[in-house]
This record gives sequence, structure tokens and C-alpha cells, in this order.
Amino acid sequence: MILLPETEAEAAAMIRDAAAKNTRLALGGNGTRAGFGNAFLADAILRSTQLSGIVDYDPAEMVMSAQAGTPLAAIEAALAQNRQMLAFEPMDHRPVMGTQGEPTIGGVFAANVAGPRRFVSGAARDSLLGLRFVNGEGEVLRAGGRVMKNVTGLDLVKLLAGSHGTLGFITEVTFRVLPVPQTAATVVLSDLEDAEAAQAMAAAMALSVEVSGSAHLPPSVKTRFLAGGLPGYAATALRIEGPAEAVSLRAERLVAALEDYGPVTRLGAQETATLWREIRDVHPYADSTTRPLWRVSVAPSAGHQLVAALRLEAGIDTFYDWQGGLVWMRMEAEPEGELLRRAIRATGGGHATLLRASAQARATTSAFEPEAPALAALSARVKAMLDPANIFSPGKMGGF
Amino acid sequence: MSQAIAFLPPRAAVLSRRAAIIADLSDLLPAECLVHDPRELVPFETDAFVSYRRLPLAVALPNNTAEVSAVLRYCHRHGIPVVPRGAGTSLSGGAIPQEDAVVIGLSRMARVLEIDTANRTATVQAGVTNLAISERAGAEGFFYAPDPSSQLACTIGGNIGMNSGGAHCLKYGVTTNNLLGVKLVLVDGTVVELGGKHLDAGGYDLLGLVCGSEGQLGIVSEATVRLIAKPEGAQPVLFGFDTSEEAGACVADIIASGIIPVAIEFMDKPAIEICEAFAKAGYPLDVGALLIVEVEGSEPEMEAMLKSIVAIARKHGVKTVRECQSATEAALIWKGRKSAFGATGRIADYICMDGTVPLGQLSYVLKRTGEIVAGFGLRVANVFHAGDGNMHPLILFNANDPDEARKAEEAGNEILKLCVDAGGCLTGEHGVGIEKRDLMRHQYTDAELRQQMRVREAFDADWLLNPSKVFPLEGQPMRDTTAA
Ligand SMILES: Cc1cc2nc3c(=O)[nH]c(=O)nc-3n(C[C@H](O)[C@H](O)[C@H](O)COP(=O)(O)OP(=O)(O)OC[C@H]3O[C@@H](n4cnc5c(N)ncnc54)[C@H](O)[C@@H]3O)c2cc1C
Repeated sequence: MILLPETEAEAAAMIRDAAAKNTRLALGGNGTRAGFGNAFLADAILRSTQLSGIVDYDPAEMVMSAQAGTPLAAIEAALAQNRQMLAFEPMDHRPVMGTQGEPTIGGVFAANVAGPRRFVSGAARDSLLGLRFVNGEGEVLRAGGRVMKNVTGLDLVKLLAGSHGTLGFITEVTFRVLPVPQTAATVVLSDLEDAEAAQAMAAAMALSVEVSGSAHLPPSVKTRFLAGGLPGYAATALRIEGPAEAVSLRAERLVAALEDYGPVTRLGAQETATLWREIRDVHPYADSTTRPLWRVSVAPSAGHQLVAALRLEAGIDTFYDWQGGLVWMRMEAEPEGELLRRAIRATGGGHATLLRASAQARATTSAFEPEAPALAALSARVKAMLDPANIFSPGKMGGF
Repeated sequence: MSQAIAFLPPRAAVLSRRAAIIADLSDLLPAECLVHDPRELVPFETDAFVSYRRLPLAVALPNNTAEVSAVLRYCHRHGIPVVPRGAGTSLSGGAIPQEDAVVIGLSRMARVLEIDTANRTATVQAGVTNLAISERAGAEGFFYAPDPSSQLACTIGGNIGMNSGGAHCLKYGVTTNNLLGVKLVLVDGTVVELGGKHLDAGGYDLLGLVCGSEGQLGIVSEATVRLIAKPEGAQPVLFGFDTSEEAGACVADIIASGIIPVAIEFMDKPAIEICEAFAKAGYPLDVGALLIVEVEGSEPEMEAMLKSIVAIARKHGVKTVRECQSATEAALIWKGRKSAFGATGRIADYICMDGTVPLGQLSYVLKRTGEIVAGFGLRVANVFHAGDGNMHPLILFNANDPDEARKAEEAGNEILKLCVDAGGCLTGEHGVGIEKRDLMRHQYTDAELRQQMRVREAFDADWLLNPSKVFPLEGQPMRDTTAA
């Protein structure tokens, strides 16, 4: 059964009803990110898609409010008209997850989606100023507000962001936006080994040139970017954005500081846009398969160590974003969750999220990083405080 | 001393066991880490919200996470309230103790554990001061961005407690945007790690929830924060306008133009006079409002940005433009601003409000603020972070005059309600504490407060952590069982 409330009040009534009858609800927008999390049983799907439209947008204040079901495309179009954008560069999960339809803005925040700029500008949660949501008892509540600075009470905004529809049904979001940089360029270092690339990326971040994208594309994936147009056999890409003069000055300084690492090429604005979109959307693994795909977040200097350790034991293919701290990892056959998570712990900690796998593999692998027992108990208590009847996507984020 | 804001009545069962509790605590801590002599407790009786004070039962000053855990476990088992404390610079009474509480102060835990330049992180004990992080990272070319004016004294644990901001948060965000991980000691003494050197949470964003939770969800014993490469240069420009309205409109236009300066600070005439008399910063005295706008980058970048910003200011009838030629001049411009609270404290007692409003409402709220305070027969000076709408009216009064003190509090309450009604919030960076606790109902519905309190209970079911703060006492579920 699919529930399509047309107003927030209607959604609240549906949820009260579900709580009374113990009906388990899968919360969502258009389901383009429905593959997140553990498989779970639901009696009905509650979709935000009829709650659509920009509620308020004041470009001068750089703040927008929109109903949760508003298509992301509509938001981005409205922002583009004012040369503004979402700072966190949300990834489009459709290509790798093999889903269709229009991603909604509510889904973007519920999954705390981000892209390459995340390591300097924050994730969706950092741009989210406020929201309206319905808790598991069917109460309509507000959290946060419309202003950038706000410590009035507990920050439920952060809690709801990234809760993947397990804590509340988000009906409206208010977020900060940023001006689109006038231009952008990419400095590409060729032919670095993973470890050298990690050093070069760290060196770039120690310079005051405001690098806003830092990725390393090893030989196995390099040819999949820019239609094979990147030079050399491995590419380490560093993006700079801003006013035209500033970008060219900073790119020069970057090149001067890094040219000892290897051959340097510069990409213009057009290629920069394409390249970082491909990196954002994990283009090499948009391969129409269900081969297991992991999103691994570790300390930047640990990424390549983790990969080196795993290579000995599993068939993996990888590339790195966020200065090496975001490792995209496609497994040859099995997800190897145990192995991967042990290796993450051994290299200093972090977490792995399984974005894609066969149904069989998903049934036996925890999609989100299992938490230490005390933390898992705490998270469970938090969930029970928002959703006492446990009707929102039960089991989706819980451990195995 | 003001009495308008109530504390929870002390638990008689705790007070009557004071001697035994102190004896037990002395088994858990080295002698120099436990304060219980009433005279030695005095420095802990209040924070920077000085009109309220309460002597705590005892103060524990643990040396490490294990000792924090031991004290918490003990207090939890015996139903003793706990008030976490950093440097005690809270302006909202967040660190003020109560008679039946053990204060856990982090001042002895002040070691920088690691500066990791490859990963751009600093890992520190919670009692490290905000400035110490930037000082230590500075040698390597990095800094920690959130810079509260109190940064010389305030601790990172307190910053996390209050999700503190600062002048330079317009570009870099506040504490929550720069915090990567904490070691958190839960009320029963369990130690959990949230986050680390990696980004994002593997599950629920409990780190985001803890930041700004005013010591009610646990005690932070260590933190990992993000470092940023120091900009090549920074340059402030000072603008004088005839009226606050012109200055306010200029701020809105700078933001709307797509330039994001690192800071836009605002001062009205009374604030200019107070700061100038103290800091001799060379502020123009013939203007009604002043802006300090700071940009960062290389020389040519800063020049280009300043050019655009000055052009915008001219459109708004700017009267004085002072660009600085040297680092000394730049430091002087900031000296006046950074000493604003201290300078005000020399001429009068004051309470500092902290509401935030949408930028479009700045001029209106400033005007109404002046009217409200004048209505109570008091004076106000405004000095604040204009770029993000975070206002700081300083209401001047004489603390020895109970009537003035009451009026100041009332005027403050009116102003905060005004901020909420204008689409903003009660507090942008100082926290709710006790100061704004009873105004929470003006911003939130009962259902919203109940939901927040229930999430709080997931961490502290017995309401032992900093219980008199943030949530109106009448609505607290433990309220009835706590009375002495
Ligand atoms: C002159 C002056 C200027 C100021 N300027 C600014 C400013 O520009 N921006 C700004 O945001 N604030 C400012 N403040 C307010 C204050 O400095 C901040 O709130 C600061 O973060 C408090 O830090 P602290 O170490 O003094 O914490 P405390 O005042 O001791 O405690 C603050 C709160 O955090 C809790 N807490 C403390 N340590 C811990 C811990 N380890 N674990 C859990 N909870 C803890 C306490 O219980 C309390 O609720 C200013 C204050 C003064 C006096």
C-alpha cells in the first residue's frame, strides 16, 4: 500500500493511525535512495511526493524553505536562476543504485547526502537550518529555524538529517545556500601511486589556496572519467573555485608547490564541471550490476592504507575522494563486510556503508556500520524516543 | 543578586549525605582534585552570568577520562546531580551549579594530544582553551576556525556544550561544523566514542546532537576538531554610517552580492563610544553605526573583494571608510571589537542578549530593541555578528539597584521574544542555560519541548546532568520527585 498525504496534517493523521494499528511504514520520497540500509519489512510506504513546492526563497538571505517532496531538480533550477547552489554538492545515487525517478529534497537531507565539496564545506546536515517533521506518535514538530546560528535547545535537526526515515517523516526543510563560484579549474597530477597521491593531496590542503575537491583516480578507473580524456595512467585531481583572477592565481601556486610530484595538467571550467560530477556520482561503478559497492569514510591518510591491506585478501576496485578519506570500493563478488570492517578498525577507524549488493548479500550484511554495544543501545533509546511504536522503517538502520 | 529565575529545589536526600559523599569522592580522586571547603567552592558558584550564584556540594577536577567516568558512575548510582564545567565563561548561566550538585570541572584536562597535519585534525582534552588549539596548530600553518571573543579562557568542552561561534564563523561555520569527534562519558560512566578523524556518522548523528546540548547528554572528555590552513592574509575594513539602518542595509547587500567575507561585525553609537574610550582604536565618533568587514586571501584577491565591498558601502552612503595599511592597523580595528564586552563591563553592569534574526529583519529588530530598552529607562549598546544575524544587545544597568536589575532582565526577555517573533531564535551561540530557559515556550510548542526532553532522557533518564538548565522546570518530568 502506498500512502500519499497531500498535507502535513494528513500525514500526521496517517502516522497516528499507523501507530495505533502497529502498521510498519517505509518512509520515502521517490525512492531513488531506497536501496540504503538493511532490508526490512513494511506494511505500507508513506511518500512525501505530494508535499511539493518551494515555500520561501530569499536569494539575498541565501535561505530556502521547501516541502520535503519538492524535486531536487526544481530546487536546483530555482537556485541556478539566482546563481546560487547547494554547498554540499549532493550526489545523485540513481546511476550506481540503478534507481529511477526524481530525487526529492527531503530525501537528500534524510540521507545526509553530499559530494566532493563535503570535506571542506560540510554535508547536507551542515547546510540544514531547520525542518518540520512528524514523529512516530503523529505529532507535527519543528526543529531549528531559518537562521544560521541557533543553539536554542537540542539540535534535533542534526539527528533527523541522516536518519534515513527511521526517526521522523520530514515534511519541510529550510537550508542555507551559497553563491555559485564564478569559475573553477582543476589541477591534475599524473601517475602517482595511491600513497604518493595521499601525500600530495595533504600537501595541497596545507596551502592557503582553498582546494574544494581532492580526488585520486587510480589506473583501473581513470579511463572512465572524462571519456578517457585524463592524461597519464593515474590522475590526482585538485579543484579550485572562485573569482576568475583568484582561481588562476591559486592554481599557479598549487602547481608551483606540487610539480615535483609528477606531470601537471590544468583543466578549464567545462571539463572541471564534468569531471567532478562524474566523481560525485561514482561514475566508474555505474555499471548496471549488483556487484557490492561500499562507501567508506576514514581519515584521509588512512584511505590508501586500508586499500593496500584489503588488496591482499579481496578482489576490489577503488577510487578516492575527500583527500583520500572517502573510499569508493567495488567488490568483485561478495561484500566481504567482516573483512572490510576489521581492516577499517585496524587502520584507525571510520565506517563503511553498503550502497549496493545482490538481495542475497544484503540479507546477510549490515548496510550501516554496526555500532559498539553502548552506542548501539544509546541509538536504540534515541529511536524509541521519537518512534516509540517502532513503525518507521524498523530495522533499516539497526544492526544485525 | 537576582532571584527571578528559579533553580530546582535541592534534593534533601543528597544534602543530608554531604559528608559521606565527599568522603566517597575522595576515594575516587587524588586529594588535589577534590574541592569541598566552602571558601574554596566560591570560585565555582557562578559563571559569566554573574547575577545568579549557588555554592555546589563539591567540585571534582579529574585528571583523565577514567576519573570523569568514576565520578559520574558514583553520582549516577547515588542520584546526585552533576554540573559539567569548562572555564565558566558561559553568559547564560550554563555552568552555574546548584547546592546538591557535584561540579565536574575539566580544567586539569588541558593537554593537546595530537596535531595531525596530514589529516588536518587536532585531538585535545576537553579543558584545552579554544585559543591554545590555534596556537599549537599555528606553528604548522593551521588554525581552528570558531573564535569566540572569550577564546583566551573558554575551553573546547564548553564550546561544544554551547556550540559556540565567533566573529569568523560567517565563512567557516560554528563549532558543530568544525567538530569531528568526541570521547563522551555518559551519565552512568560508560565511555563512548562519537566520530573521529573521518567524516559523517556511521549511524545516527549523535555528535551533532551532543554539540550544543549544554552538558545535559554527557561529559565530553576529549575532542577531535578540524583544522584549516591559515589564509595567506586577512584584511579588515572599517565603515562608518550615519544610521544603523544604512549599515544594516549594507550588510544585506554584501551578502546578497555573493561575496562571503570571513566576518561582518556591527557596532552602534553607544558601543563605538564605549569601545573607543577603552581601546583607543581610532574609531570615528561622528557616526551612528560602524561595520568591520574582514576578507581573506592573497593580496590581489583581497584587493578585488575589498573593492567590491567598498563600492557597495558607497551605495549605502558610507561616511567613513578606513582600509588598513599595516598589520598594526588591522589589529587595532579588531582590538576595539574584541574588547567590547570588557570595555562595557568597566562602565556599567550589563547583560548580553544573543538572539538571532533573519538578515532582512536586522534594521527593524535594532530599532525595536532601542525602543524596548528605552521604555524601561535603561541604555543599550549593540555589538554583534551582523553577517549571520546574531545580535548582541548589551543592556546596561546597575546591579546594586534591584529595580534596575529586574528591569534589565525584563527588557532582555522582551528583546528575545522580539527576535523569535521576527523569525529568529532565542540564542545564536550563548546557549539557553538558565537565562533563557523560561522563554523556551515562546519559541517551541509543548509537544516540541516534550520531544527534546525525551531525547535528552535517552541519555539521562534520571535528569542528573545539569538539570536546572534549558528546559522550563514546570515541564520537567522529574520535577515533582526532586523537591526537598
Ligand atoms: C567576554 C566574553 C565573550 C564571549 N564571546 C563569545 C563569542 O564570541 N561567541 C560565543 O559563542 N560565546 C561567547 N562567550 C560565551 C562563552 O565564552 C562560551 O559559551 C564558551 O564556549 C563557554 O566555554 P567555557 O569553557 O567557559 O564553558 P562553561 O561556561 O564552563 O560551560 C558552558 C556549558 O557547557 C557545559 N560544559 C562545559 N564543559 C563541558 C564538557 N567538557 N562536557 C560537557 N559539557 C560541558 C557546561 O555545563 C555549560 O552548560 C563569551 C563569554 C564572555 C565572558
